[in-house]
Amino acid sequence: MGHTFAEKVFAKKAGVAKVSPGEIVTLSPDVIMTLDADSEIMYRFQQLGLKKVWAPERIVCFLDHYAPASTLRTATLHKTLRAFAREQGIDKFYDVGEGMAHELMLARGHVLPGHFVVGTDSHTPSYGAVGAFSCGLGASDMLSIWATGSLWFRVPESVKVVFQGKVPKGIYAKDMILEVVGHFTAKGCAYMCAEFGGETLKELSISERIVLANIAVEMGVKATYVQVDEVTRAFVARHHRDYDPILPDPDASYKKKYALNVESLTPRVACPHSVDNVRPVSAVAGKEIHQAFIGTCTSGRLHELEAAARILKGHRIPGNVRLLVAAASRDILLKAMELGYIQDLVAAGATLLPPGCGPCAGIHEGLLGDGERCISTANRNFIGRMGSQRAEIYLGSAATVAASARTGVLTDPREFL
Amino acid sequence: MSKIIHGRVLKLGDNINTDYIIPARYLDLYEPEDLGPHVFEEYGAYRDKLKGHSIVIGGENFGLGSAREQAPNALKGAGVDVVVAKSFARIFYRNTLNVGVPAIECPEAAGAIGEDEEISIDLEQGAIEAGKRIFRFPAIPQEVRELLDAGGMVPYLKKKLGLR
Repeated sequence: MGHTFAEKVFAKKAGVAKVSPGEIVTLSPDVIMTLDADSEIMYRFQQLGLKKVWAPERIVCFLDHYAPASTLRTATLHKTLRAFAREQGIDKFYDVGEGMAHELMLARGHVLPGHFVVGTDSHTPSYGAVGAFSCGLGASDMLSIWATGSLWFRVPESVKVVFQGKVPKGIYAKDMILEVVGHFTAKGCAYMCAEFGGETLKELSISERIVLANIAVEMGVKATYVQVDEVTRAFVARHHRDYDPILPDPDASYKKKYALNVESLTPRVACPHSVDNVRPVSAVAGKEIHQAFIGTCTSGRLHELEAAARILKGHRIPGNVRLLVAAASRDILLKAMELGYIQDLVAAGATLLPPGCGPCAGIHEGLLGDGERCISTANRNFIGRMGSQRAEIYLGSAATVAASARTGVLTDPREFL
Repeated sequence: MSKIIHGRVLKLGDNINTDYIIPARYLDLYEPEDLGPHVFEEYGAYRDKLKGHSIVIGGENFGLGSAREQAPNALKGAGVDVVVAKSFARIFYRNTLNVGVPAIECPEAAGAIGEDEEISIDLEQGAIEAGKRIFRFPAIPQEVRELLDAGGMVPYLKKKLGLR
């Protein structure tokens, strides 16, 4: 019997022949991601009187959740974090406006296939998009790594998702993964590593694969793995660094399996108030919206801005709708400007936000009021997530968000593509 | 952490997420006493009921969502001594133990025990006593007991690394 990606990663990193699901293994991560919203680690580190962080060269730090700071407390927190990074020798530091952790960790080559990565954010499993094992941790677990260099992990069971067929026009990775989350439900893959494979993946760029890995978190997974292939190799080749991919065995054993033929898939939305409440856009089409948001670590990448610009170019959104757009990074923003997408979106009525998390977590930059409805490309739609607990959040592809912004009601984007 | 915890039960449902427990606008607070007053801030009914209840019993997938350790610390600051659930989301589970609060997965107890019941939990024996009923759960492993005995990850590291 062969082994899953997760089993092979844990065995290799622990330096043993094999491990089994359920086993507890103590490991040191290859790469560590941390960000402003988890400054508690720095606070505890200083509270404990610790002097030097373990392996500062493995740490990558981002100011993205509060970018730019909107309160005196978060401004002070950013200031303290900058000083802490300087004094600890954490050189891989991305300040306000550079972009989001989950974009830059991949785009700047901090994470490569076969890496074992931890990060203090629940969407850290996004790096499975390039075949890295990455999982989210809380502040104390990260503190333990900063202090001692290692932490205990439980070897997870795995679930295999296979996509088949050609991706139809107007369908994106967002629609595919929402369908998968709806199938498994929010708790269906708790503690597991989700492996994605199948012929359809050849059509999906790394930006689209990030969407799969990112939203898979909403069915409870600990980590993800998207098959490493020519698309992955072409993406990481630009970093000119050696890497050692770890691939699952063809005869590995999975706790659950799911095959989805995407050819008959139609645009999907996650309806209030959970990500597994997935329906075809057509089933909710016509509902009035007040805000549309394109951005977050799930989206806000070039192909999504392109799709939105294509739908909105030459149109003006209705006066009662706010369209917010945040590119996932400064690099993407620059490219989107060069290609004219930003010009088209702003001319259509979009408000441009700085690269960063935007209003996704309800911190700043476009919260929802009582009774408002939002269509967003984000990954969570819990009650109160973006402000009022009497607001509704629908989640869909950038195309669905742009089409809905154009009409002012939830809209299937295929009529505009 | 004492071996036996007594208290009155507040029952919560399935999929209680970290945004409900503590909204992201409080991620710049860290201490339980600062977070406690904001627990379930948008959910008046839960918040009011938490008064006088030191044991929370949830359903499936308790604590899904964000990696924020503020969630278990907010519960701790509001006087919660232990969280029992049918199942936990993994980061919340680790975070809860790390702030020194036992997290116990026991679907039978979580299903059978009702709101306002007074129960006792024996961590060492792995038993929950509710009136005449006894529910068993796997005894907490020694390493995790050490973490809980120390009061969480911060005091545990302090001891382990011989700080101050």
